[in-house]
Amino acid sequence: MESTQATNHVSYLQHKPHKIGILNWILSTDHKRIGLLYLYSIMVFFIVAAFLGLLMRIEKFAPGETIMDAQTYNGVFTVHGIIMIFIIVIPGLAAVFGNFFLPILIGAKDVAFPKLNLFSWYIYIAGAILALISQFASGGAPDTGWTFYVPYSADSSTNVIWALTAAFILGFSSILTGLNFIVTIHRLRAPGMSWFRMPLFPWSIYATSWIQVLATPIVGITLLMVIAERTLNIGFFDPALGGDPILFQHLFWIYSHPAVYIMILPAMGVVTEIFPTFSQKPIFGYSAIALSSVAIAAVGYFVWGHHMFTTGISYWSRWFFSFLTFIVAVPSAIKVFNWISTMYGGSIDLKPPLLWAIGFIFLFMIGGLTGLVLGALATNVHVHDTTFVVAHFHYIIFGGMGFAFFAGLHYWFPKMFGKMYNIKLANISFIITFIGFNVLYFPLFIIGLQGMPRRYFDYFPEYQYGHVISTIGAFILIIGIFIMLFNFFRGARKGEIAPANPWKGVTLDWQIESPPTLLNFDEIPVITEKPYTFKKEEEA
Amino acid sequence: MEDKKHHISSFNSLLMVLIGLFIMTGISVMITEIHFSTFSVGVALLLASIKGYLVLTYFMHLKYDEPIFRIMVFLILLLFAIVIGITFIDYLLR
Repeated sequence: MESTQATNHVSYLQHKPHKIGILNWILSTDHKRIGLLYLYSIMVFFIVAAFLGLLMRIEKFAPGETIMDAQTYNGVFTVHGIIMIFIIVIPGLAAVFGNFFLPILIGAKDVAFPKLNLFSWYIYIAGAILALISQFASGGAPDTGWTFYVPYSADSSTNVIWALTAAFILGFSSILTGLNFIVTIHRLRAPGMSWFRMPLFPWSIYATSWIQVLATPIVGITLLMVIAERTLNIGFFDPALGGDPILFQHLFWIYSHPAVYIMILPAMGVVTEIFPTFSQKPIFGYSAIALSSVAIAAVGYFVWGHHMFTTGISYWSRWFFSFLTFIVAVPSAIKVFNWISTMYGGSIDLKPPLLWAIGFIFLFMIGGLTGLVLGALATNVHVHDTTFVVAHFHYIIFGGMGFAFFAGLHYWFPKMFGKMYNIKLANISFIITFIGFNVLYFPLFIIGLQGMPRRYFDYFPEYQYGHVISTIGAFILIIGIFIMLFNFFRGARKGEIAPANPWKGVTLDWQIESPPTLLNFDEIPVITEKPYTFKKEEEA
Repeated sequence: MEDKKHHISSFNSLLMVLIGLFIMTGISVMITEIHFSTFSVGVALLLASIKGYLVLTYFMHLKYDEPIFRIMVFLILLLFAIVIGITFIDYLLR
């Protein structure tokens, strides 16, 4: 495709119809600016939640009370979880990169409903502010953990209702964004872009969006039911009122397990864009990767019960959910094999985005394989509610979604801002973050296997070695992330001007200017071939 | 061409559906006085399903839309039914 590079074009960042600067952001319906609004919001909340995580690790440096008491610790891990899950990880990749790059990758000028898109961000901010208020309003920070399990969440005197309402509102943002993306993909693909000519990041966003639209209402209703139980004494979950606490866990995980796929599917989509570009080779198994996203979304719907093996659900339910948990590993493994096969025999260019993507595979594999330990009925009982689960979860969510997010930032930063970051510093930040991550989380597998419970602020002395190593890892990790953020800020302000296609990519995002113009394309492109078609230099 | 695709429902038919929904809501409330034991949830879901059917069919124009939309709605309802079914089967097998 012809490049549309032109010197007289105004980029979306230079397009400022309002005199007051902030209005160009909060009134803009441009999908790229909305993507950046999400990015900045998420970064602010990430720093807050990461700081809370660091406080938790400092508390556990030694047995007994170190820097906070037990109730404060309960509040801190709940706030850490609520911010990380509902405000950062669930919207994260889809809201930032989905908004910014989905229309560009399918050859569209914007999403199908731009005003609804901006409205979704407003709802997101309203929910996020409410979540913050819940931490500081009188009554104290909620102490139920991000899972809000009843009967405790129905009885706790802390600000549980505020937090539940926040999660409920955030869910609306997620539903509307998903709806917008589904319609965009169905209606706004460029001429000639059939389903199997669509790049794989939009495929992953498509699968994610369906989960957002179909699963989120269930948790919304469930959270409302808890509020109704607390305020109106309706017995949904409290046995004293004739309810059943296990019903809450069913309803909560019917959403919250698919929500893990809301988090991880776009991450898989991001690295799927990176591997072909930095191997200069077509993606291996395009159809298998595309359909495995849909398969993960579909099968992932029916595995929620593996969070409940020890709650007293029936034998046959346990058997059923355990079996399906093993089945859902298959499409995930298909993707991993295809990514590795894409690199095999390619002209590998080990730039920061590829480093982060390879880091993603390594950590996601550890998370995935330890997930099988949790999916198996016998071993699950042994490690249930131990730090083994915490380690597994963080390897999947942070090692998976988080590393893919950073991979995506390093990959698309030149396109988003038209500037380059320092490659050497990016490599250093990756190495420090990768080491810090493993030093932080791997010991939790070991002490978890030895019986260290999760969510405890105190512990027996025999677990101290694991906690000390883990806390040291937390500091290393924070240093790595700080260097990365510093590199991005420095790059955005003082970095070299980025060319339109610094990585020699072949998807539509690399055929337009850096940063893109307001409407992305001078003319809507006509697609005549599959994505990831790399041509030899003489052909190009 | 476009006009042919859009069915405009008459006021009377919409009014009839609205009255039907009010009646069903009244029944939903009144029926709580009757104890159906293990079937109480099932009866409530049945009434809710009928109301949902009326809304989807007439208010949301599914009856007059392309078959693909009916198929998609059916698949989503099937998914929901399976999820609810699995949950309640767990109760029966405990």
